[in-house]
Amino acid sequence: MGLISKARVKSPWIVHYCCSSCNGCDIEILACLTPYYDVERFGILNIGNPKHADLLVVTGPANRRGSRVLKNLYEQMPDPKLVMAVGACAATGGVFHNCYNILGGVDQAIPVDVYVPGCAARPEAIIDGVVLALDKLSKIK
Amino acid sequence: MPRMTFPFGPQHPVLPEAIQLKLTVEDERVVEVLPAIGYMHRGIEKAAEKNPYLNNVFLCERICGICSFIHGMAYCQTIEEIMKVEVPPRAEYLRVIWSELSRLHSHLLWLGLLADSFGFESLFMQCWRVREIVLDVLEMTTGQRVIQSTCVIGGVRRDIDAEQAARMREMLKTLKPQIDAVIPVFKHDYTIKSRTVGRGVLPKDQAWKLGAVGPTLRGSGGAWDARMTGYAAYDELGFEPMVETDGDSYARTLVRVRETYQAYELVLKALDRLPEGETKVKVKGFPNGEAAIRVEQPRGELFYYALGDGTSHLERLKVRTPTFVNIPALLTMLPGCEIADVPVIVLSIDPCMSCTER
Repeated sequence: MGLISKARVKSPWIVHYCCSSCNGCDIEILACLTPYYDVERFGILNIGNPKHADLLVVTGPANRRGSRVLKNLYEQMPDPKLVMAVGACAATGGVFHNCYNILGGVDQAIPVDVYVPGCAARPEAIIDGVVLALDKLSKIK
Repeated sequence: MPRMTFPFGPQHPVLPEAIQLKLTVEDERVVEVLPAIGYMHRGIEKAAEKNPYLNNVFLCERICGICSFIHGMAYCQTIEEIMKVEVPPRAEYLRVIWSELSRLHSHLLWLGLLADSFGFESLFMQCWRVREIVLDVLEMTTGQRVIQSTCVIGGVRRDIDAEQAARMREMLKTLKPQIDAVIPVFKHDYTIKSRTVGRGVLPKDQAWKLGAVGPTLRGSGGAWDARMTGYAAYDELGFEPMVETDGDSYARTLVRVRETYQAYELVLKALDRLPEGETKVKVKGFPNGEAAIRVEQPRGELFYYALGDGTSHLERLKVRTPTFVNIPALLTMLPGCEIADVPVIVLSIDPCMSCTER
């Protein structure tokens, strides 16, 4: 294991994109970063630039217009990269499954590595998901 | 320098959601703004016609995750109006308690995001720390932190018993000094004043003409709040809208600061006066007819219209959300400002795109 791959697991930076979610999961992701749950102590930082990010956190189902932006974001991220789908609708479409503008879960647009269940997903579940993603990241040489 | 057009969004660190503004700038000054919405469109209004009308409560709650209780309540009120259902008084008071708790957490969330929009990170963190107490109260009484799902047609699904009410009062008592510690920073801090005073001015006549609602209208001096119509138990609790007259981002901040305290007082008042009795009446039959309802969301006035034809499925559901009507007001605030002020002014109307685009 090289130095870079070792360091990557210690401070994964995340970029967050809201792909037609209801906001419930978005504010729970932000709640993870604030003092009550404080994932920053593990080196996890929320940044706006996909070019600096290791982990793409997506909330909400893929819709027609949003998934174009999502693909664009995903392609701008440097390898190795992971995608985490947060919430029931990001996994399958959830409560929005029969809406006409919805393609389905996020995996209809980009490959997903970790699914976090819940509507809305609790911060504990999101932190659990990040830990799973780190486990996956550490196996990439 | 020639004019330049560049995009603000759809993915932007300040906005949790996707909206695009095409800014035309001359040097550092914005001269023209063109919004592009539709990144978050799902088609909820159409889906509401495919679901049985009882299931739509859950769908409507997921129009917006921040004020989900108020969306659910507005839908229930619309159907109750069509079906002439009398909601028991205890349920009306419980609805007020939960919608004011939603307002409390939404305003604290917004105050944090405003601080974040000009890089005041520590204040952002403090606001969100205080907000967790409100979420704990919501979780204790409804079982969920952000999407409560307690409102049903004919009342509410859960009750607040004496033990819970006592615990709730205790938690709210610890909340007050913490809000008191955070709020003066918004009122008196030099950094916040220098970024908000005189920025994004919306005169009163413009606000009325463009149909602005909520804190955006009240920050410009328009004394209108849908809670004045006295739905649920607001007519018994007494209600005064919070109004500021300057019309800039600072005035809108002050309106929300004062509403934070007001929501806190209303929760305690409703808890004190909570009448005894049932929390739900049984609803039979299908909606036949039409009704329109206005309620006040943290972001402004929310409008619901439903048309039923006597079957289990609605013929039409129409939702008009506050951010959608505030976008024209935003477009008159932006021209003339610096590029650096754009995120602050956009946030000052508290945009909620998942409401707007549904």
